[in-house]
Amino acid sequence: MVRFADVYKSYDNGTKALKGIDLRIDDGEFVFLVGPSGSGKSTVVKLITAEVRPTDGKMLVNGFNFSNLRTSQIPRLRRTLGVVFQDFRLIENMTVYENVAFAMRVIGEGSKRIRERVPIMLELVGLSHKAKRYPRELSGGEQQRVSIARALVNNPRIIIADEPTGNLDPTRSREIMGLLKKINELGTTIIAVTHESAIVNSFAKRVIALDGGKIVHDGSGGYYQV
Amino acid sequence: MKGHNFIYFLKEGIKGIFVHGFMSFAAVSVIVACLLITGSFALVALNVNVLIDEAKASNEILAFVDDSLSDTEALALTSKIYQVPNVLTAEFITRDEALEDYYAELGEDADEILVGITGEDLRHRYRVQVVDLELADETATALERLDGIGSVRYSQDLSDATLSMQKALNVICYILAAILVLVSVFIIANTVKLATMDRREEIAIMKMVGATNAFIRWPFVVQGSLLGVTGGIIAYFAQWGVYSYLTRALADYIGGSGFIEFLGFGEFAFPLLIVFLAAGLLVGVLGGILTIRKFMKV
Repeated sequence: MVRFADVYKSYDNGTKALKGIDLRIDDGEFVFLVGPSGSGKSTVVKLITAEVRPTDGKMLVNGFNFSNLRTSQIPRLRRTLGVVFQDFRLIENMTVYENVAFAMRVIGEGSKRIRERVPIMLELVGLSHKAKRYPRELSGGEQQRVSIARALVNNPRIIIADEPTGNLDPTRSREIMGLLKKINELGTTIIAVTHESAIVNSFAKRVIALDGGKIVHDGSGGYYQV
Repeated sequence: MKGHNFIYFLKEGIKGIFVHGFMSFAAVSVIVACLLITGSFALVALNVNVLIDEAKASNEILAFVDDSLSDTEALALTSKIYQVPNVLTAEFITRDEALEDYYAELGEDADEILVGITGEDLRHRYRVQVVDLELADETATALERLDGIGSVRYSQDLSDATLSMQKALNVICYILAAILVLVSVFIIANTVKLATMDRREEIAIMKMVGATNAFIRWPFVVQGSLLGVTGGIIAYFAQWGVYSYLTRALADYIGGSGFIEFLGFGEFAFPLLIVFLAAGLLVGVLGGILTIRKFMKV
């Protein structure tokens, strides 16, 4: 669950990235966040993951109130989120299995639980047969599926997919979006950041459009042309 | 800390050491060199301290009783002497006892040297030991001023020279230790930094999935500590070899006169091991923490 109330964000260099945003994303929703470069999409993602803090306004993410969020609470907040990036960000010298297990290991999960859960995630994304491969041996679409398995493995409430299909051809893109839809149907909230209208239009989902740091459209029914 | 986390930190720490083997080798070498240099000076200082303590024990003031005093009056001076500040003990020695002491000291040559001398030719005396050697000068003067004390004999050469040497050695040890700790921390920090560079992506992912700062920091602290402790252990054995060799060589050179006796390595081996390990651990942990600190923001 995400709530933004009159949120402003200015960076040290003077850029006003967000100019008073009101936003509400409920549990279980599938939301597209669209807009041209510089519209403030990335800032919204960074705010949700607490990479940056709002300059003004109120924020609530998965029960964490940003008005009094201590630095020591940020890891706890992030465990309720899974993030998928355009460039996959897999660790090159780890196998597919190890990449997914790594996300569990570094939040202190025990080996037994890791051995139980990682295979389930790999099965969900259809990569059980490639568990022992390294990222360089996989196609772009497969790498992105590993990245989704990693984002999912700690059972987050929200998955934020930041341009998840940016490096993929249309067929692979549809596969990835189909996978995200499946995950959403299993109960996880999905926030997909994209500027690809074809993808947005093929899913009848809620679309939030940003431009110049403001929300210019919030509704379902395809890509909002700015 | 959970057991599986500890194993993970240890594994990652060891991995960090071997990924940059040469740098790790350099870091351990520098720690060994630093500990060896500081340790050698400290051991010289330790030996000097022991020698000085022995010298202090034998460093005494002889206060000669005025000839005009009777035996009883001479003995009665004891309480007055004890009233002088800084006096630890005052032992009354009669003329005859003094002569016996001379005989004992001179051994075979005594009869020849002391021919014709009797107890009557000597004076009663007090052998005075002081609490603080540095104030011995003042104590000697105060004793000399006492009624009934004719003169005082006291060699201040040993105290002044040895005390200033002892002080200088101690100061050198502290300065060396401080400089070498800094050098060691710097080199460990740089070694750990190479590991963090390699793993920037990993650290970013760890943060993204919600690893705590402590969790991210541990492998690097373990890496630094392992380097430091390895350095400490190697330095200990190197110090053992160097010390044993040098003391043997010096003893041979002096000719076994028994004039100076060095401490055996065994007498301080365990404390030295503890100090070296602790120093290694300290610089290791510091090096690890300093490096990783800047990655901890966000």
